[in-house]
Amino acid sequence: MKLELRGVTKRFGSFTANDRISLTVEPGEIHALLGENGAGKSTLMNTIYGLYSPDEGEILLDDREVSFNGPGDAVAAGIGMVHQHFMLIPVFTVTESVALGYEPTRAAGLMDMAQARAKVLEISARFGFDVDPDARIEDLPVGAQQRVEIIKALSRDAKVLILDEPTAVLTPQETDELITIMGQLRDSGTSIVFITHKLREVRAVADRITVIRRGAVVGETSPQSTETELAGLMVGREVNLTTLKEPANPQEVSFEVRGLTVLSSTDKVVVDDVDFSMRRGEILVIAGVDGNGQSELAQTILGIRTPVAGSILLDDKDLAPLSVKQRLAAGLGFVPEDRSTDGVIGAFTITENYVLDMYDRPPYAGGPGNVALRLPVMREAAQTQAERFDVRMGSVDDPISTLSGGNQQKVVLAREMSRDLRLFVASQPTRGLDVGSIEFVHRTIIEERDKGTPCLIVSTELDEALNLADRIAVMYRGKIVGIVPASTSRDVLGLMMAGVPADEAQAQAATHQTVMAEADEQAEAEENQ
Amino acid sequence: MSDQTVSPAAVQAEPLKQSTTGVRPISWKYPITYAVLAALAVLFAITLPAGARTHFRLSSGGDFFEIPLVELPSRPAGWILALILVGLAGLAIWQASQRVRTRLWLPLLFGVLFVLAFLVWAGADRGAVIPLVTMLTGALALSVPLIFGAMCGLVGERSGVINIAIEAQLLAGAFLAAVAASVFTSAYMGLVFAPVAGALVGALLVFFSVKYQVNQIIVGVVLNVLIIGLTGFLFSTALTQNPELWNARQQLPRLPIPGLSQIPIIGPVLFNQTILVYLMYLIVGVLNVFLFRSRWGLRTRAVGEHPKAADTVGIKVNRMRVYNVILAGGIAGLGGAFFTIGQGLAFGKEMSAGAGFIALAAMILGRWHPIGALLAALLFGFSTSLGNTLATIGTPVPSEALLMLPYVITIFAVAGFVGRVRPPAANGTPYVK
Repeated sequence: MKLELRGVTKRFGSFTANDRISLTVEPGEIHALLGENGAGKSTLMNTIYGLYSPDEGEILLDDREVSFNGPGDAVAAGIGMVHQHFMLIPVFTVTESVALGYEPTRAAGLMDMAQARAKVLEISARFGFDVDPDARIEDLPVGAQQRVEIIKALSRDAKVLILDEPTAVLTPQETDELITIMGQLRDSGTSIVFITHKLREVRAVADRITVIRRGAVVGETSPQSTETELAGLMVGREVNLTTLKEPANPQEVSFEVRGLTVLSSTDKVVVDDVDFSMRRGEILVIAGVDGNGQSELAQTILGIRTPVAGSILLDDKDLAPLSVKQRLAAGLGFVPEDRSTDGVIGAFTITENYVLDMYDRPPYAGGPGNVALRLPVMREAAQTQAERFDVRMGSVDDPISTLSGGNQQKVVLAREMSRDLRLFVASQPTRGLDVGSIEFVHRTIIEERDKGTPCLIVSTELDEALNLADRIAVMYRGKIVGIVPASTSRDVLGLMMAGVPADEAQAQAATHQTVMAEADEQAEAEENQ
Repeated sequence: MSDQTVSPAAVQAEPLKQSTTGVRPISWKYPITYAVLAALAVLFAITLPAGARTHFRLSSGGDFFEIPLVELPSRPAGWILALILVGLAGLAIWQASQRVRTRLWLPLLFGVLFVLAFLVWAGADRGAVIPLVTMLTGALALSVPLIFGAMCGLVGERSGVINIAIEAQLLAGAFLAAVAASVFTSAYMGLVFAPVAGALVGALLVFFSVKYQVNQIIVGVVLNVLIIGLTGFLFSTALTQNPELWNARQQLPRLPIPGLSQIPIIGPVLFNQTILVYLMYLIVGVLNVFLFRSRWGLRTRAVGEHPKAADTVGIKVNRMRVYNVILAGGIAGLGGAFFTIGQGLAFGKEMSAGAGFIALAAMILGRWHPIGALLAALLFGFSTSLGNTLATIGTPVPSEALLMLPYVITIFAVAGFVGRVRPPAANGTPYVK
């Protein structure tokens, strides 16, 4: 089916998320929509899928204009969508998830489970998916959940399939499988819209590429363009894809985690007997697919989770009996994973957010027992730090929620790095940020490292891990699979992210190269010409 | 793209062995509870005087055959029960230490035997007979509004709307049932109007909580106050001035089911009831099937767990919630009718007396499952009935202490003592696109 957009515009208040976007997806084509975080890709797709209605412009399917009153209409018209955050219900089985909304029924509205089950089996057989129709969604790995989403779309005869950042949660090998599936679908005549901000993937799979920036189409190009060209189009200026850094100068071991075991609220082991140590002046990145215990590990180091076993030693002092406040006082800097819920208080001003963990001590507090807040001192400090960290803002008295994600993150970094740190921990420090902010955050972390602080970074983005790390520890199902140097190849890391031990992964990767790895080699060869 | 792609099987790694044993702390709260109760049963047995006797009445007349009064020698019976309980507690402790999952029969059997041990002790040498059938009938009667209320709460919360206003719906149902039955001089007309009253309260609840996204707990509390005030006002004006017209007693007739109602003990308890109680059996049964095996149930659960996901497959989330809460209100309204026409009573001020909140607790204790909620409501009804019986025969334990039992259980239930309680994920969260 051919999908065509003509001048689609969507505004939220005074903000124009999509500005006169026109684009054509031919039948049997993989069309990549490339753009930074916040460029308006997801808004555009939600408009096509009927979740938003466009303010201007029209959507055409096979040259006929359509308008959708909700996702139900879009699905009926043959559009399927796999959302970045899966639209699956954790307590449902695979069969229930696929059937939802389009339930085969018998008398009295009772479900025909046998028929629903058969449908799941039939589609998974057709594409070689290994999905158990009776498994519960919450028990499935993310890769399998994504396949359930694809089955869901296909079971409704989707002719246009929208994949919103489908590789964000996958290991490189799972990404490979997805690429194979996309190829199969294209060959069977499905049009695919592939939304991403990852340049490498676009070049490997797309037939055509449309780049959008700040809500508008800035160019259409072919996958033969180099990564540098694509990045330039996407960001609007020349960018360095890799952050330049001096080699690490590691000193004595100052931070150690020994036999750390943490349970989830439902008594599942989420961090399983983890051991590692860090030297001053090095960056250790914890890589792995989201949900393998990395977040819990970081939270346990901060002290908002209590381990059932193990110790956390900073400068030979056990942190375990200390409260969060005492740990911060011991020199721990922490950047949480979810900025908007854990990093800042949206309704507070930039100044207030800046002093959030220092407001009760000099120089920000004074008088007997430090009861009085010295507001002018706080303002001035916030002002100085905001300038140093290049926070783009109106005034430090504005609520922090008025800032963009990147600028909010800079405030968090400014706060955490304004103390003398003995250990810096950051969870997903660049999630959802634009390229400019990512560069800035990376540079800041490297500067902190060069001051001699051990930096522990949790990242699910392999690119970030490779870019930032001096060493990479891969976590899988709560265990550290191995700690390897930053020069390790993507394929090896990918296998480790699926639980294969390091040496075995080396051997496997040498014999089975992934599509992406090949594309990389090719790209390198081209750029060197 | 190259044709040398790796087959998925080649990269599927052996999952790492997870060392789960020896890590998870063993939960001792159940075994300890069993042990304490078993010790209590032993204490009962020790304090029983030699040669004492306990009498149970097991029949109510009209059974297939009359069971004579059962007379048990208290002390041996007490000891036998106590020893079995000690054995069961031991089994529970062993299972916990071996990390074996305890099956449902254990708490059920333990509960029944403990109650028996308690009755043997409480009734020993009192000269009074323990009327078992009467006690069970009373237990069911006390449970009926709770069960209706719990089903109401369950349908609402499964679709994502917290309903604190069950109390108001029961009361409104009781009121309108009494008034309609009195005006039309037909108890069955009361049965027609009772669900309307409950549904109207439900409609108010969704109107504010879905349409205007007002905090659902606050709306619920306000509705409770509103209905208590409204029915109280009408009661003390119209209903008191002209009780013959507005508040005359009407009773739904008992419809014994031929055959079934003559089974000893359970027959008269379960199958010699009014149509309202039979409707309750039907509602619990239908909900149990439809919630899990029908299109309506699947969509209801989806809307309560992850409304956005439901929306993306074309389910109208808010419409679904509106229908379900109004439907649930109807169910609670029926439950309210039991207070008046179900028992042949006139309407009285605040006659639901907190049953709506106990129903809410039964729903939580039953983990948002119809059968679980049914059992929990029966447990509450039974403990109240037990308290009432003991108050009449006179026991060493003050009966007020037993009347406290449902509330004590409720606090433990709500505090999560019954294990991991997992409410519908989107419960109480309005859905805004």
